[in-house]
Amino acid sequence: METAGNPQSQLFGMAAEVPSATALYHAAEKVRDAGYKRWDVYSPFPIHGMDHAMGLKKSWLSALVFIGGITGLTIASILQFYPSSIEYPLVVAGKPTNFFTVPAFFPIMFELTVLLSAFTATFGMLALNGLPRWNHPIFNWNEFKKVSDDGFFVAIEATDPKFDEESTRAMLESVGGKHITLIYGD
Amino acid sequence: MADAFMQSHEAAAERIKRAPLVTNNRPMKWITDHVASCTEKSAPTWWWIAFTISASLAMVSFFCIAYLISTGVGVWGLNHPVGWAWDITNFVFWIGIGHAGTLISAILFLTRQKWRTSINRAAEAMTLFAVVCAGIFPAVHVGRIWMVWFLAPVPNSNAIWQNFRSPLLWDVFAVSTYFTVSVLFWYTGLVPDLATLRDRAKNKLRKFFYGIAALGWRGGNRQWKHYEMAYLILAGLSTPLVLSVHSVVSFDFATSVIPGWHTTIFPPYFVAGAIFGGFAMVLTIMLPARAIFGLHDLITDDHVDKMCKIILLTGSIVGYAYAMEFFIAWYGGNMFEQYAFINRATGPYWWAYWSMIFCNVVAPQLFWFRFFRRHVLWVFVVCMFVNAGMWFERFVIIVTSLHRDFLPSSWNMFYPTWVDIWTFVGTFGIFLALFLLFIRWLPMICIFEVKAVLPEADPHHGHDEHHHEPAAAVKGAAH
Repeated sequence: METAGNPQSQLFGMAAEVPSATALYHAAEKVRDAGYKRWDVYSPFPIHGMDHAMGLKKSWLSALVFIGGITGLTIASILQFYPSSIEYPLVVAGKPTNFFTVPAFFPIMFELTVLLSAFTATFGMLALNGLPRWNHPIFNWNEFKKVSDDGFFVAIEATDPKFDEESTRAMLESVGGKHITLIYGD
Repeated sequence: MADAFMQSHEAAAERIKRAPLVTNNRPMKWITDHVASCTEKSAPTWWWIAFTISASLAMVSFFCIAYLISTGVGVWGLNHPVGWAWDITNFVFWIGIGHAGTLISAILFLTRQKWRTSINRAAEAMTLFAVVCAGIFPAVHVGRIWMVWFLAPVPNSNAIWQNFRSPLLWDVFAVSTYFTVSVLFWYTGLVPDLATLRDRAKNKLRKFFYGIAALGWRGGNRQWKHYEMAYLILAGLSTPLVLSVHSVVSFDFATSVIPGWHTTIFPPYFVAGAIFGGFAMVLTIMLPARAIFGLHDLITDDHVDKMCKIILLTGSIVGYAYAMEFFIAWYGGNMFEQYAFINRATGPYWWAYWSMIFCNVVAPQLFWFRFFRRHVLWVFVVCMFVNAGMWFERFVIIVTSLHRDFLPSSWNMFYPTWVDIWTFVGTFGIFLALFLLFIRWLPMICIFEVKAVLPEADPHHGHDEHHHEPAAAVKGAAH
């Protein structure tokens, strides 16, 4: 079997290339049904329905964003209402400064809700994906350069309880995997 | 049941088959090579010429701003009662242009308009650069720019606190939020393509910078899952945001008591106008870029056609708003309001008003005809009219409303000075210089999204033609 990376170092896992998005979809279904847990499929673009084929649940990023949005709304409410109505009311043209002026605070409440939600969406997505990171063992594999062009890959990590060089290899072959490679860390 | 539904669904899909989004059956590798190579080949001569001109023009703008700051706002033609003129006109003009980028990236994404994929990247870049140009004007028009921090609610010992009930402060929050969210949205969209550039990088410098910028993206489905959710949420957030930003910009006017500004139609009218002007600017920069880089298979004539239709639609909404303003001025029975509108059309600024009507309402009507939507030169000419027309619109709203207010003794004309003119002309240099740098350093078409709309990107592709029966059986077994 081909190897990538430094064979003296820790084994990351076993990977194979498949020819198309369709093949990747079916490969994912098979790996899922074989009961693997620590594995992933790699593609140049998100493939429709792949979460189902891999047996993944919906991303819970939306829950984080909801918290971010509520935080923004709270900050805006306090920032505006407390100084403008209680601590330091600005009387302009003799108009009131009481609680019933709250509609004037809506635009900034909205803006800060959106702002903090957007920050949470971007940075929360990166955090859930474990990014940014300097390197990853799979980048030791030269074939993998194609993942951002037209390559489709399946990789099963060595830490998976079902990982076994023989049976995993057989399974990757059965889904039509080419260039089956053992990938090591640095 | 499900199978019967799928079959009728497929039959229906067959009947309404659309023109391909990428023509000539280009494979994925072609798309990667073609888009990424625009950043990899050494810069062509035309690029250096264009960049030199734009950058020089940008320097003119910077010089004018330095002169303004070192001398004072008196170097502009502002007077009493025209206290806002080209500065705010230019601000609204540029911020409006930005809105088309967000519309393409967010609203068309939520409505599943797949044709947006080949134009969204450049349109979003245009948004950012337009907002950069827009931001200059309110910042420098405050006069003493070293006190610009007064805009922000910073606790201080000077007893200065912002009036949060003022639309001008809403504007500060709206525009800065808009810029920040646009940057986040743009960068999120760029990450997978930066990974493409990283993987193709040949020299050390590119490997280093694209490697850092791609943040270690691997393209695993466990990453795509969160990524797609983040993108969906950002699109969902940007959609109301873009509508709110220009509504808030219009509140700067609508909440005042100046005749011609104090109207409730302003928010939707400004939003439609922003999208209208923005699409014209997208086409103005995309048509030359497409021609120069030979991207006709990605940005097809169908794309141009669709954008022309949006210009026609929003242009007609704007035309309706112009008419409705007049109607309400008459119907409202307020003599100051009535005078303001009669003065717009027949007063000393009649030429600006009628230029606006011609450019924004009359010229886009050509797009009713397929011939004009499909003819690149005509499209370009109409877009230039719209660009000019949208500037005139803001000029008309701001200057004609201010120059004759309630008290005839304070009436005055506005004349721009050379500083007014060159600061504005120079912002085109800033905008174009940034755009030229963008097309050299970043993929101007969203590579991964274009691949995702190819027929072979669909995991069920190929079943229909070759082995429908087994595929159906597999599907049945899997569910």
